[in-house]
Amino acid sequence: MASDDVKLIGAWASPYVMRPRIALNLKGVEYEFLEEKFGSKSELLLKSNPVYKKIPVLLHGGKPICESLIIVQYIDEAWSGHSILPSDPYHRAVARFWGHYIDDKWFPALTGISRAPTDEAKKEAIEQVFAGLKFLEEVLEKSGAGKPFFGGDTIGYIDIALGSHLGWLRATEKLSGLTYLDESKTPLLVCWAEKFSAHEAVKCAMPETDKLVEFAQMLKAKFSAYIDALSPSITLFSSLNYICSL
Amino acid sequence: MAANDHAEVVLLDLWASPFGQRVRIALEEKGVEYEYMEQDMINKSTLLIESNPVYKKIPVLIHHGKPVCESLVIVQYIDEVWSHKAPLLPGEPFARAQARFWADFIDKKIYECTTRLWKCKGEALEEAKKDFMEIVKTLEVELGDKTFFNGDTFGFVDVALVPFFGRFNAYEKIANFNIEKECPKIVAWGRRCMHRDSVSKILPDDQKIYEFLLMLRKYLGVE
Repeated sequence: MASDDVKLIGAWASPYVMRPRIALNLKGVEYEFLEEKFGSKSELLLKSNPVYKKIPVLLHGGKPICESLIIVQYIDEAWSGHSILPSDPYHRAVARFWGHYIDDKWFPALTGISRAPTDEAKKEAIEQVFAGLKFLEEVLEKSGAGKPFFGGDTIGYIDIALGSHLGWLRATEKLSGLTYLDESKTPLLVCWAEKFSAHEAVKCAMPETDKLVEFAQMLKAKFSAYIDALSPSITLFSSLNYICSL
Repeated sequence: MAANDHAEVVLLDLWASPFGQRVRIALEEKGVEYEYMEQDMINKSTLLIESNPVYKKIPVLIHHGKPVCESLVIVQYIDEVWSHKAPLLPGEPFARAQARFWADFIDKKIYECTTRLWKCKGEALEEAKKDFMEIVKTLEVELGDKTFFNGDTFGFVDVALVPFFGRFNAYEKIANFNIEKECPKIVAWGRRCMHRDSVSKILPDDQKIYEFLLMLRKYLGVE
């Protein structure tokens, strides 16, 4: 039946694409994953997302839904079963706020480290990343109340919004030697990261850290003239910028 | 200054803020009584800082003492709490996703671009005008021949955009261009919105907004 037909246009390395994948897995929805070819955009993508021409795009019965967190909310509303957003309006507002913060402030700070024009600016960007993680540690403490996830006993909206960045965060830590998820600073988040990554709905969608490192190195080799001067950690962020422009 | 303990709904805001106006329009649509607290953004109040420690910005809606931040998050919250009247988001999931997409598009594109319209000069201003017309034309295509963005009823995307329509006259005066000439449908849509009590009550006078933006330009040393 056309209305049951679910496709997701994406790329394995994109943190944004991971989000609807986790949501669909949580709902037990079968879907066809259409991997975009590296270096080009398919006709289907351009037709389905004419405004941004970016992945992910969910196609449900042929109808396109764009923007990762909007897709996650759509999946939550279109299919019953596991609730991704809380039922209470206030807690929903809190979840949406943090989803917005992660995309609007925290992630740009992370990728902004590579673009920082001065050491001072770089230091500030790194501080912002740590400050954001500190906020999120407090949110986890408050909403979790001893529970493993931001959503409580189960994965919720904030878990998906933040957890989708874990792959690249780990890849960055590996190459730069700087630990972002630090047990001495954000112990709850460290514990959460492990549990999230091991969850049934996440495991198959989470890219392997080593593969991301390899991918970043491949990109560096490809664009070596452009990013020759950059350090390994910066290379990764540049790769991430590239991925997120897909 | 503490919020009135008896007020169930408190709004921390700035009269001229298009983001605050979104929230006020939504509250008016729902017929919700609230206490309005104009904020000083230079000497920020303890209440504002405590209610929005992450951004320290307005608008902040405080409901039963609990703060909600980010204008579109607040509007959705208002829609869900006071769901008995004037629904702003449609009921069907795909239509809701579309409404969220376009409100998010407005957030991503309009504010930054319109800020350049009143802040920039020379070549930068010409580029801002070009970018602005492109964004408004995209919205015009989405609107099509509908009365409002969702169809017949005033809703989420209209609330997200209309405070910026309220600044069109000011932008035209400052940047010296004519929006209606290139985007008549959006201007017609804006005028339809102005017929709604909620919108005409909340959006400030064109002249007041124009003078406010001129004052900001002077303060920032643009002239």
